[in-house]
Amino acid sequence: MSIDIVLTVNGTRRTIPIADPRVTLLDLLREQLGLTGAKKGCDRGQCGACTVLVDGRRINGCLALAVSLDGADILTIEGLAQGEALHPVQAAFIAHDGFQCGFCTPGQIMSAVGLIREAQAGDDPERVREAMSGNLCRCGAYAGITAAVLDAQRAVNQGEAA
Amino acid sequence: MRPFDYVRARDIAGAVAAAAEPGAAYLAAGTNLLDLMKGGVSRPTRLVDITRLPGLAAVTATQGGGLRIGALARNSDLAHDQAFARAYPAVAEALLSGASAQLRNAATAAGNVMQRTRCPYFADTASACNKRRPGAGCEARGGETRLSAVLGWSEHCIATHPSDFCVPLVALDAVVEIASPAGSREVPLEAFHLLPGDAPERETVLEPGELVTALRLPAEAAAFAGHSRYLKVRDRTSYAFAVVSAAAALRLDGPRIAEARLALGGVALKPWRARAAEAALAGREPDATAFRDAADAALAGATPSGDNGFKIELARRIVARALTLAAAGTPERLPALPASAFAPIPGAASP
Repeated sequence: MSIDIVLTVNGTRRTIPIADPRVTLLDLLREQLGLTGAKKGCDRGQCGACTVLVDGRRINGCLALAVSLDGADILTIEGLAQGEALHPVQAAFIAHDGFQCGFCTPGQIMSAVGLIREAQAGDDPERVREAMSGNLCRCGAYAGITAAVLDAQRAVNQGEAA
Repeated sequence: MRPFDYVRARDIAGAVAAAAEPGAAYLAAGTNLLDLMKGGVSRPTRLVDITRLPGLAAVTATQGGGLRIGALARNSDLAHDQAFARAYPAVAEALLSGASAQLRNAATAAGNVMQRTRCPYFADTASACNKRRPGAGCEARGGETRLSAVLGWSEHCIATHPSDFCVPLVALDAVVEIASPAGSREVPLEAFHLLPGDAPERETVLEPGELVTALRLPAEAAAFAGHSRYLKVRDRTSYAFAVVSAAAALRLDGPRIAEARLALGGVALKPWRARAAEAALAGREPDATAFRDAADAALAGATPSGDNGFKIELARRIVARALTLAAAGTPERLPALPASAFAPIPGAASP
């Protein structure tokens, strides 16, 4: 029996039929909505490649049942840029070489957006590394990622102050 | 993942009724349950979604001066609540030392208490496990036992409870509030999880259909706020389960310890309250000798369950260090790496 849920995905409110309650948010995004930015790395909540924001909070899309999120607001990497203008976190990852192969990057960037919203890390690189520990990078681009997050956080906070 | 019926509960009575039938399981965030379902370890035939139950995420002061943590309060919301972290700093530190930011954003307070062991033989359906299939045997015996128990284990099961959150909670006399088909009841957290004995498949005192609705801290718990720490040794700096952990909380009266609270994680199938160690500390001056005596008392009954005898001495040292850190005083702000064993002890000469 199919269940209809309503999700706001990257700003667009839509009614989505869930044919099988086993569908995770990650599978819904990738297979049903064609949003393949969030990646299926481990599919067990260990790698963070599937990180998206749900109601403004970063979570692992692979460990959430879509049917349970009825009514939620979802932000994925596809909804981050404003037209051709990159989000400050996207721009900072490019400026600091915060990736190599790129597979983990959508998850890293969405996690960083969530981290900045949480406002717990401040400008302490150790706190940023700790707060990003749910995102693995097998290429080992961590040094660039940490620099990018710190830089993007400054840009976001200055943008808000301006 | 096996197929299941999905039921969205609208109130507690409806949830309890829907979950009372065999094969049913409650779904909150699902961060542990979905992982186990994907691995074929958990095979519920019905999921009762409790995420929409009204009022269950609230964190409220109780009439007696304690605190009631709603079952659906998210780990990160609780840990980042400044009033909560000031009153119960070891609980906040434990929460922030567990899992990742993404998981803490989703995972709930009751889900943390209800999470299953991370024993690799429990997680692997190709291995024998008495917890998964009673009578099948325990392949952890003679296997990789780094995360296995050294206290309270039996020949049938040597798994550990993986929670960080529960360790300071049990030290602070937390109580579990439960909704039952017949009404409601409450159980001290210390008595909530069961040691394996000869029935390791039975993990908690919950009866079919029963639902954890809240965790309650008594008023006395906040009296330890000035001297409370959680310390956790793990195999990587962040995002790893405890090999050994300890929550230490002291109430000082002048130069002496009026009351001590101590619990260990990663060593048993339940958060392990070390009451003998607490008794050994009462009335003593908070010094290295007292802490070493407490550590010896805490681990007096410990025995290796495999090639993990190192955990006993490790636990003694973690207990002594957690007590030393607690005596030095709760830091103004939690350290960058919560519960890290590498953090310096305030006021001590560097090694």
